[in-house]
Amino acid sequence: MSLALLFQYLVAGITYGTIYAIVAIGFNIIYNATGIINFAQGEFVMLGGMIGVTLRALLPMPVAIAGAVIATMLVGALIEMLFIRWLRRPSVLRLIIITIGLSIAIRELALLLWGEGVRALPYFTGTAVTSLSVGDVHISPQVLWVLGISAVMVAALNFFFARTLLGRQMRACACNREAAQLCGISAKNMVTLSFVLSAGIGALAGCVISPITYVQYDSGSSLALKGFTVAILGGLGNSMAAVAAGLLLGTLESFSIWVMPAAYKDVIAISILLLILFVRPSGLFGNAEAARLKDY
Amino acid sequence: MLRIRSLEAGYGNLKVLRRVSIHVSPGEIVTIIGANGAGKTTLLLTIAGLLRAQVGEILFDKQDIGRHAPETIALLGCALVPEGRQLFAPMTVRENLQLGAYVQIRRGRAHEVESDLGRVFDLFPRLRERASQLAGTLSGGEQQMLAIARALMARPKLIMMDEPSMGLAPLVVKDIFGIIRRLGSEGHTVLLVEQNAKAALRIANRGYVLENGRILLEENAEDLLANRDVQRAYLGRDLDSETELDGKRR
Repeated sequence: MSLALLFQYLVAGITYGTIYAIVAIGFNIIYNATGIINFAQGEFVMLGGMIGVTLRALLPMPVAIAGAVIATMLVGALIEMLFIRWLRRPSVLRLIIITIGLSIAIRELALLLWGEGVRALPYFTGTAVTSLSVGDVHISPQVLWVLGISAVMVAALNFFFARTLLGRQMRACACNREAAQLCGISAKNMVTLSFVLSAGIGALAGCVISPITYVQYDSGSSLALKGFTVAILGGLGNSMAAVAAGLLLGTLESFSIWVMPAAYKDVIAISILLLILFVRPSGLFGNAEAARLKDY
Repeated sequence: MLRIRSLEAGYGNLKVLRRVSIHVSPGEIVTIIGANGAGKTTLLLTIAGLLRAQVGEILFDKQDIGRHAPETIALLGCALVPEGRQLFAPMTVRENLQLGAYVQIRRGRAHEVESDLGRVFDLFPRLRERASQLAGTLSGGEQQMLAIARALMARPKLIMMDEPSMGLAPLVVKDIFGIIRRLGSEGHTVLLVEQNAKAALRIANRGYVLENGRILLEENAEDLLANRDVQRAYLGRDLDSETELDGKRR
């Protein structure tokens, strides 16, 4: 394999890996607030893409994307308020099954609304065939958009959790819910906020990735699987580790084409998921003790 | 300040508190002593709203808070320093204190937080030194100080403390009790739950004895300290050997 081809694979891997990382961060935000895995996370990404494409028909692109993100955030808030907020001391299993049910319901609703058609937003700059060439390596400008927007999202989230009062309240709730309540923080509002936040970043990811991967009513489930693998690989709840784990999975998948047919790409994620759950359930970067100290 | 009438509470079907009635007046240090499992922690958790009052009423500032959410009760000015400190371990000392001041921000008094921080640091100079250290890395005594300081940042009208001396070295315990006494002399109202009954009664104005979820006795702290039954049951020593031991120590 030539060096140029190697870089080409690497770029593709990093692009997908970034999106996996964003989905994983979505998982982590809700996990830290509630202790559950929200299996409807992939559906947030799908909804973002779908709504974005629909709005794009009427509005300029940036407005359409903003609209999609806000609409998906509303869906996130609604889900939490209708199905989770009013439960008194629900078990983790019950909550997880609720999110699985919701993910199926959203997928079927999307099928009713949008049909089976495959859609995509247009490339943000240029077209499908535009590319920036660095030596022999060709990079689509959309890849730069994906990387750039994801980096901004991660930086903004870090700032939010470390520096803002609201972010600190969410962290306080994550590490000690009752103590946070004693400080006057409404733990229930923080849970709602975690759904809103994770729906928002999922939807934004769904919009920026859609020109490359396309979006369909059921495209959320495979992304959720990858994102979940990445979240576990990095150590549940740890968002910086999720970024590293996302890049790792993306690159591995990308290079797997080298040794086996592209159709088997998903095997990589599932194998890693099984392996890590058997061998090191606290994740590559986590240890059991750190896992108990939930932080973003 | 606080008046509880025939309170019953517990966990699910398990009723821990039975017809408990107590009151705390402004400026008082009141202590509740009792054996393990008597229901002391349950009582404080119920007042703070983390457990639901099943029967009876909890009046705080003449307002029934028995059905309020914990965050509302905190906002009304009733703070709890919970058992086992319950700090935000992965956050810094300063962040813990700022979160303690969150109710002040909700009350529209954000501008007072910085000066409150200074006051709390004056009370606990060790915390000032360690302001940017993670709470989880503090020593046990420092953690307890931080837990008390976090509650003070809320400017509470009533501060409840659950076993503040638990698991601490004797010298540190002395410090903590010194701080509680000082809070009392500065006009704070304190409801103190302690297994270390003697030390608690020494700094308190009044005390209650809680046994099997019922209030057995209510008296001035000195009277409780002198009460033979209380001494035998909770102060952990025999009266006859008492003078002898004290004599030897001197």
